[in-house]
Amino acid sequence: MIPQSITDAIELLTSGDPYTYSVIWLSLKVAFFSLLIATIIGLPIGVILGMTRFAGRIGFLIIVNAAMGLPPVVAGLLVFMVLRNEGALGPLDMLFTPGAMVIAQVPLAMPLIAGVTMAAISTVGRPIRLQARALGASRIQEAMMLMREKRASLVGACIVGFGATISEVGAILITGGNLLVGGRNYTRTMTTAIVLETRLGNFSRALAFALILLLIIVFVNIFLTRAQITRFET
Amino acid sequence: MRKWIALTLLLSGCGSADTVPPTSFVVASTTSTQDSGFLDGMAPEFEKANPGLSPKVIAVGSGEAMELGRRGDADVLLAHSPKDEEMFMQEGKGILRDPVMSNDFVIAGPASDTAAIGDATDAAGALLRIAQSRKLFVSRGDESGTHIREIELWAETGVTPRGTWYLESGQGMAESLMIASEKAAYVLTDSATFTVMEGKLKIIRLFAGDPLLVNRYSVIPVTNARRQQAALDFARWLTGPLGQEFIRNFGRKEHGVSLFVPASEHADSAGES
Repeated sequence: MIPQSITDAIELLTSGDPYTYSVIWLSLKVAFFSLLIATIIGLPIGVILGMTRFAGRIGFLIIVNAAMGLPPVVAGLLVFMVLRNEGALGPLDMLFTPGAMVIAQVPLAMPLIAGVTMAAISTVGRPIRLQARALGASRIQEAMMLMREKRASLVGACIVGFGATISEVGAILITGGNLLVGGRNYTRTMTTAIVLETRLGNFSRALAFALILLLIIVFVNIFLTRAQITRFET
Repeated sequence: MRKWIALTLLLSGCGSADTVPPTSFVVASTTSTQDSGFLDGMAPEFEKANPGLSPKVIAVGSGEAMELGRRGDADVLLAHSPKDEEMFMQEGKGILRDPVMSNDFVIAGPASDTAAIGDATDAAGALLRIAQSRKLFVSRGDESGTHIREIELWAETGVTPRGTWYLESGQGMAESLMIASEKAAYVLTDSATFTVMEGKLKIIRLFAGDPLLVNRYSVIPVTNARRQQAALDFARWLTGPLGQEFIRNFGRKEHGVSLFVPASEHADSAGES
């Protein structure tokens, strides 16, 4: 079974089959854009929570930490309800599109980015920060300094976020619908394709997609981890 | 962790100390029998009549059901894909194949029926109108019995469904109906699942009644099943008076109509093996 799947995986990758490539490509695109938006929102939240002390901060920390455990199917369900025809954003006609999949994954990745960022930032010692402020740094400059200081951890936050989005299936199956349009891939990713192929009893094809998915996760992690160590580690 | 597992096993053992633990066997069935609630309703009835046997039902596409049967991972199949079933029998993978019940396929779509399939003469004609007017159509796309029937109907039309109007969900009947409802698209569905889902959908029955739209379910105890006797008992119950009676009444209470027609009432049941 496994050797057969390895041959199948190699064959899928080298056959030039446009379906396979577009499934892989869509997985990467959805994961990337989810991560990008999650970072744009989550990073500032993490930095603010990490560097400031204000009343009610603990409440935010609890929200961020609890949100890290948000079940993907719940995120998918909520986005589905909002985007369906009777939903608040129904007129946008976005349900069962790649955009809907990104929207569903952002709330999954965002707390991870915010949480890891916050944990990293809050470990920077007080002396460094006081020194920065003594030298006349504004709050923004201080934040930039902290992020530079902890850039390896911020890359780590991205690794965690990418791992969560590329391997997720519950939210994107509900909101994307695993659709082909006119025989061409539209909202089918590697994870939803694995669910489908398993249901169809095409176990070796399912395993082939699984192997490709694992390969991509390892490959992206090699790239990011190397960057983390050689360029950013302090 | 291990301690907890041991404790749970111990406790569950205590509870049934005076009864023989039930033999559970695996029934591989189709998503349409799952989505219509048939499987959930059937299991307790079967257990009542066959104490000591407990069916574990997994709902998959007909393709996977056959595959599970070939591997002996399922003990008995409840399928509705006659050609695949015949092949399965020819391979010697099934002990016997008995008709259980049937229902209809229908073509559902938006009430506005912009492709005007309502007055088509037959099912192929209805699909042809959808293709020619390029109205959205949701296909299961999962090699299920329903999908295979759809492909056969397209073959009748002589049209290969391609183009941006043809969506393939690769998912179960209920999911595909939801997608069709949201997209105001046409869809081929089994009548039972549609009846159960109808209240939540914005699409309606538009075409039914073609002989090509009859959906027959058969039960096949698997040759290399691990629990062959249980599989045979299950098939016997399902095709016997109790099972057929359950099928006849299933759905009447909630929906006012039977969702399936028992095989014993089929006009041609005498001629079938």
